Amino acid sequence: MSSVSIIGPALNGIIPVLCVTLAGLACMLAEAFRQRDERMPIGGLGVIGLCGAAVAVMLLWGRRAESFGVVRADDFGLFVQLVIIGVGLLTIVFSPKAIERDRLPAGEYYALLLFAVAGMMLMAVATDLLVIFLALEVFSLALYVLTGLRRHECASTEGAFKYFVLGGFASAFFLYGIAFTYGLVGSTHLDKVTSAVQAQALTGNPLLLVAMGLLLVGLAFKVAAVPFHMWTPDAYEAAPTVVTGFMSTAVKAAGFAVFARVVLLALEPLRAEWEPVIWVLAVCTMILGSVVGVAQTNLKRMLAYSSIAHGGYLLVALAAGGEMGRASILFYLVVYAITNVGAFAVLALLSTREAPMEHLDDYKGLWHSSPALAGLLTIFLLSLGGFPPTAGFVAKWYVFSAAVGAGQSGLAIIGVLTSVVSVFFYLRIVVMMYMSEKQEAAALPQLPGTALAALSLSAVALFYLGVFPTRLLDLAARSVAGMF
Amino acid sequence: MAVVPILSALVVLPLAGAVLLLLVRNRGHERDRFIQWSALGVSLAEFALSLWMWRGFDPSQADFQMVERVDWIPSFGIQYAVGVDGISLFLVVLAAFLTPLALVSSWRSVHKKVREFSFFMLALESAMIGVFLSLDMFLFYVFWDAMLIPMYFLIGIWGYERRVYAAVKFILYTMAGSVLMLVAILTVAYLHSVATGSYSFDYEAWLTLAVPRHTQMWLFLAFAVAFAIKVPLFPFHTWLPDAHVEAPTAGSVILAGVLLKMGTYGLLRFAFPLFPDAAAYFAPYLAVLAVIGIVYGALVAMVQPDMKKLVAYSSVSHLGFVVLGITAMNVQGVQGAVYQMLNHGVSTGALFLIVGMLSDRRHTRLISEYGGLKHVVPKLVAAFFVVTLSSIGLPGLNGFVGEFLILFGAFRWNPALAAVAASGVILSAVYMLWMFQRVNYGAVTNPKNEGMQDLDTREKWVLWPAIAMAVFMGVAPWVFLEPMAPAVNRIVARAAEAEPAKVVRVAAPAPVELKKGPGPFSGR
Repeated sequence: MSSVSIIGPALNGIIPVLCVTLAGLACMLAEAFRQRDERMPIGGLGVIGLCGAAVAVMLLWGRRAESFGVVRADDFGLFVQLVIIGVGLLTIVFSPKAIERDRLPAGEYYALLLFAVAGMMLMAVATDLLVIFLALEVFSLALYVLTGLRRHECASTEGAFKYFVLGGFASAFFLYGIAFTYGLVGSTHLDKVTSAVQAQALTGNPLLLVAMGLLLVGLAFKVAAVPFHMWTPDAYEAAPTVVTGFMSTAVKAAGFAVFARVVLLALEPLRAEWEPVIWVLAVCTMILGSVVGVAQTNLKRMLAYSSIAHGGYLLVALAAGGEMGRASILFYLVVYAITNVGAFAVLALLSTREAPMEHLDDYKGLWHSSPALAGLLTIFLLSLGGFPPTAGFVAKWYVFSAAVGAGQSGLAIIGVLTSVVSVFFYLRIVVMMYMSEKQEAAALPQLPGTALAALSLSAVALFYLGVFPTRLLDLAARSVAGMF
Repeated sequence: MAVVPILSALVVLPLAGAVLLLLVRNRGHERDRFIQWSALGVSLAEFALSLWMWRGFDPSQADFQMVERVDWIPSFGIQYAVGVDGISLFLVVLAAFLTPLALVSSWRSVHKKVREFSFFMLALESAMIGVFLSLDMFLFYVFWDAMLIPMYFLIGIWGYERRVYAAVKFILYTMAGSVLMLVAILTVAYLHSVATGSYSFDYEAWLTLAVPRHTQMWLFLAFAVAFAIKVPLFPFHTWLPDAHVEAPTAGSVILAGVLLKMGTYGLLRFAFPLFPDAAAYFAPYLAVLAVIGIVYGALVAMVQPDMKKLVAYSSVSHLGFVVLGITAMNVQGVQGAVYQMLNHGVSTGALFLIVGMLSDRRHTRLISEYGGLKHVVPKLVAAFFVVTLSSIGLPGLNGFVGEFLILFGAFRWNPALAAVAASGVILSAVYMLWMFQRVNYGAVTNPKNEGMQDLDTREKWVLWPAIAMAVFMGVAPWVFLEPMAPAVNRIVARAAEAEPAKVVRVAAPAPVELKKGPGPFSGR
């Protein structure tokens, strides 16, 4: 290997992550040099970094670039990276208003956001448990801070603290799982783990089950699977609404990428052992997410439980496994990301410092005062509820199709029934917006044009993917085909 | 394949019109008039298109006609496939016939958000017609579920006092049933992939699939529950009175006229032919539920103080007849069932229109508030009279033909059930005539009724077509029965093939003889 290529090809696999990291550093520097009250387009740096990362992902597509033996940029990982980049871009577009309203420190905000994106992107392509852990910590720490960024509010600090304590606890579980795995296999690399498990040298070894269980707990916590979801409503409520939209989607994308890698590939021979666990997790997550969501009157908490329920549907796809299950995870992640970021963005755009617009009653008669935002929120909610012709329907159909195909009809039945329950609370919001009269006309905030355009684009995308899903379905199917 | 994709045009036209309407700026309602006329224009064009489809329809064919197929999601064998046969033909025409009437009927009663109202009505029409024309189960489910959204908004925004409750109940009930059907659809597609190596959601491909008897039972149940809720079959009917009563007039007309038929259409088109063994096993149970519905619906209708609720429960009773005809699964029963679907659409649609007109005038639907209307609004009462008789099933009007055929078919299958069901005919006369008498005869007891306006031109234009159709369908049933016969025969023949010995059934479809109408029924 010549001296030139040591840096060249070895870095290929992490170029997208590097782009985002550099953008994050640039944001930090910009903040350091910013005069007080000087307006600086720091968000633009993030957009540049993310776009660069997206281009890099496109260029790496189909090449399976490897870096340092611990990162493998296969199409599956790149697909998830694209989802995360997309979520990051949308979040940045919706951020300026939130920053202004909550008087957030812009530089720190964008830097943390980009570091979180970088961590998640690394997680999506990492093939070594330790690198996965590092990536997990990178984005988790950034998110803890982002959650508590509204320093002047007690609730924000409280939520962030809860998230931090419980998150640290879960990380410890994950790390302990890695330690056990290392003890058994002698390596933390997923390929080694795979071959060791496949060789059946460890069959019947109880420590393997312990390691698996600990890893599962750590991951289940990150994707907010019941019963490891306790932090979710508090953290989602505490964080600035835009950040909530980001957390609820990008974390799931990264988490499920690792879930798929660890569970569906490395531990696939142990399916008999983990399948019941995932089954129970999926059922509990779907039921609790949708049933408890019904009881919520705070919109952010409601959507928090909704995203728990959606994690449950993703777990169904995980339990189904196989190429179809993996592909359906990817498709679902895309649709869910667009929808959920959009829904939270509408909430964020509506809220002002005086009227946070978080209670269900605040949405009474929104249709009359702001038909555009009400219409957009309706589209997002209908997509979350899985109504055709929105993409949410195709996503659910794909997941349950995979479940039925894998002989998991029970999960599919529970899944569709809980989705009916969740429709009830999505419709409650719709009822408030359209079918209740407004008491007093609160002044609506000025809506930034870019944000509105991005939301409209998201809504159009949802209809497009709902009516013409073929391309994305095929892309998802092809991305998982070459996995390992 | 037709030169002009007429079926796609039928599906797309109302939706396209609806989207265009949304683009009209309507600040301060100054263009309500324009929007109302445009929506009417779109729906009339749609009706003309449906008649054109009828004209191009070959009545001697049992197969689907004017079929259009385009690959939609090829990796799952999902196609955009639409086609029409003798059964769906008239349901499409019915939907296209009722929508303009419903639109015009609400010109005065819908004041707020006229643009959005017209949008949802037209979007609903697209989805309804899509349901009837789909030949691909995925496409069918998309339309089936998508249809809920406009109806939900129509009830919830423009309905009466308890509209929100009714709208939410409507959508949750229907969804709870249909999601199970979704799992069943996925299961059949999976079975297809096991059997042939590739996924398919094509209805006709599914017909050739041999599903094991045990699996059929579950799949049939999932389908049947979804459709039974929609029909609604007793005991799944409790959403219906709420939805009907709270919906605006136009919503009630479409709900009763077309939406309920989707349930019976689904039973006839999908549940019975796709799972014939299970259907034969469950048919008697469904028939018993249908007969219970006939009698129960009629008895409950009798004691309703609210006219709209009365008509709603009468729908439970009438739709019970339709299900009974389908479960009999012989030519007469099924033909009668399809015919009764059309009848019920016309006569109950007209009943809701009339109740809507009364409640527009008096803002109440309570029977006790009225009385002696004959002296005040004679034209309205005359129309009311014809529609009432048509709903009862007086010979010479449409209701008679359907009920007669159904009872005839049911009698050949199971005389006991037919006998009980026949009591529904008498009971319907009791509740309808009693209501008619209390509202229209006697002296004008309530002074508020004295100044009531009789029908104006607009309302005449709403009612005339419905009444003309009721008379026409009563005296010339062969116009409708003949084109549907081949398709009906095909479904009956398929059911007869997979017949277990348990149920007594007439094997050879015999030609139907009717006393009225000189037309030859092609019952072969």
